[in-house]
Amino acid sequence: MNAHVAAAPVGGRLMTPSMRLVVGLFGIGALMIAWRLIAGLGATTAMNDGYPFGLWIAFDVVTGTALACGGYAVAILVYIRNKGQYSPLVRPAILTSALGYTLAGMGVALDVGRWWGLWKVPLFFWRWNFNSALLEIALCIMAYVVVLWIEIAPYLLERFKDGANQTMRSLANTAIPILKKTSIWIVALGMLLPTMHQSSLGTLMLLANWRLHELWRTPLVPLFFLMTCVSMGYAVVVFESAFSALGFKRKPETEMLAGLAGVIVPLQVVVVAMRLVDMGVRGVLGDLLVLDTRALMIILELALLLAPAVMLASPSSRRDIGHLVRSAMVMMFAGALYRFDVFLVAFNPGAHWSYFPSVPEILVTVGLIAAEVIAYVFIVRNFPILSGGRTVAPERQAA
Amino acid sequence: MGITRRTALKTMLAGGAAVAGASATTTPAAAAPLEAPADALGLLYDATLCIGCKTCVVKCQEANHLEPDTAGIDARYNAPLSLSAHAKTVIKLYKGDEGESFMKAQCMHCIDPACVSACMIGALTKGPNGIVKYNVDYCVGCRYCEIACPFNVPKFQWSSNTPQIVKCELCRERLADGQEPACTEVCPRHAVIFGKRADLLQEAKRRIAAEPDKYQPRVYGETEAGGTQCLYISHVPFDKLGLPALDDRPAPELARSIQHTVYKGFIAPVVLYGALGMVMLRNRRSAEKPEA
Repeated sequence: MNAHVAAAPVGGRLMTPSMRLVVGLFGIGALMIAWRLIAGLGATTAMNDGYPFGLWIAFDVVTGTALACGGYAVAILVYIRNKGQYSPLVRPAILTSALGYTLAGMGVALDVGRWWGLWKVPLFFWRWNFNSALLEIALCIMAYVVVLWIEIAPYLLERFKDGANQTMRSLANTAIPILKKTSIWIVALGMLLPTMHQSSLGTLMLLANWRLHELWRTPLVPLFFLMTCVSMGYAVVVFESAFSALGFKRKPETEMLAGLAGVIVPLQVVVVAMRLVDMGVRGVLGDLLVLDTRALMIILELALLLAPAVMLASPSSRRDIGHLVRSAMVMMFAGALYRFDVFLVAFNPGAHWSYFPSVPEILVTVGLIAAEVIAYVFIVRNFPILSGGRTVAPERQAA
Repeated sequence: MGITRRTALKTMLAGGAAVAGASATTTPAAAAPLEAPADALGLLYDATLCIGCKTCVVKCQEANHLEPDTAGIDARYNAPLSLSAHAKTVIKLYKGDEGESFMKAQCMHCIDPACVSACMIGALTKGPNGIVKYNVDYCVGCRYCEIACPFNVPKFQWSSNTPQIVKCELCRERLADGQEPACTEVCPRHAVIFGKRADLLQEAKRRIAAEPDKYQPRVYGETEAGGTQCLYISHVPFDKLGLPALDDRPAPELARSIQHTVYKGFIAPVVLYGALGMVMLRNRRSAEKPEA
């Protein structure tokens, strides 16, 4: 089974000059969070009765969790499509997912007006409203955060397996075998839950029905959200892997990332084709010719979805790490734009309403991203997550 | 435009039958019209009678213990400009090409309300007499009801640190005391009246039939969004009053049909879970075989 080189802590100092900047951003974000909790939503955000969902929902939750789908996307590749050569990407992908989802959960807690009552949502099961896509998303995300931390637990516990601390050592030695034995059913849950809530995030705005612009108003939004979250997940893995290589001065896993890019390209093309067919069938394709703001946004979305396919069309372009990173960024941006459009641009509460995020809203979002970066760097420096610094692992010998 | 669309449609139809099937569900199907509960209560607002005195607005604020809304033009006046955390009903004025009319806004008390469909643990529910009622004990302040409502009715107490949703509940506490809603009680012209939806609908149709030249030829709320318990008749077109042109499907139907198709009996998720596990088990076994 040990076909690939074991992952190891990267080591090194946590407080580098660039980390100081990140910690500073987190500090500002934390102050803004405190302000929001003390002064309330009206005083700190630009949200209003026309646009009751703002940046925290559209970015932190909807886009943030899609970007945190690296764990989901890589798990499908490694465990379902049985591409064992990508298994070194599993640990960092699961870690980014765990951090991304945890922070999305914190984003929700800040966004809801009555956060102290959130515990009722998972516990008052006799009151669950199964018509509500939001309930399903809430329950799924809560469960998935737990699943992700269970998935990552063995990697974190490995450090203590032969350590000096008696309690941690016995905990590690008891827990790791149990976690390994049950891993398949945990990992399967880790694939089921995102399939459910990433698609339901697309269903969410369909409840607005007529107030959602008809260019976006299709029952296929859930499917498009699911497909794009997979490509965003892969893109994040490419991006993160390249930057880990740069930041920790390791050899980039270009071969592996090139293979990954090859997986995403057809997916992107299929999404664009399906969206065009869908608009055609619903008879709204002609609306694109009007070239108003909303039509231009759709055209931009489709162009951004297709761009990586063009950028990575030739195998040689996939071998260029800089090119891979650029196309991954376009991919993430494409999925993010689609989500922003569905949640903010396509939603029309009436002419006299407008929304643009306030400075505290933006600083909180930046602060949460900074927290994620800090946690990521801390964990990969101290725990066996990354297994880079070498070439691609040999293909697993399938029977 | 029609030709472009049709040509495009044809081309695209050839492209994807599966997509077509799913997309087609958005086109309004001939769903059976919803039946309001037999005891459903509601309001009938006759725009031709309203003189815009706003007594209803003031009485509503008083009956519901709402603070004055001074966010308007001059902070000295309690003058809500639209429904807000301080106003569960409001009178607006339309003045334009189609004439002049006042308009009373409040919760429509939909027969199949989108806000109730949105609400995670039922802070908003359809109560006795079809009144859409709010119970703060089950509200987390997510504001999904505000996204869902096609009439933009539920409002959030943005300035509070213990915010609640504010919307008309048809004065259900007053009803329990044997009173009628505050707005209908004080209306000097009986422009807004209270009663059973069935009776109100009949009365609305009677008024239109009696003076067909005066009224728009239909009752707003009879079928819109599956039907509402608050009804409107008017001399100016309803869209001028800010009542949106909606089709007859209930507002939550589109989202709900997806949830119900995908999650029917929770079978699909369980099957998917089992399948994922089995595939992984098989993959693991095939990987272990050469070593064994």
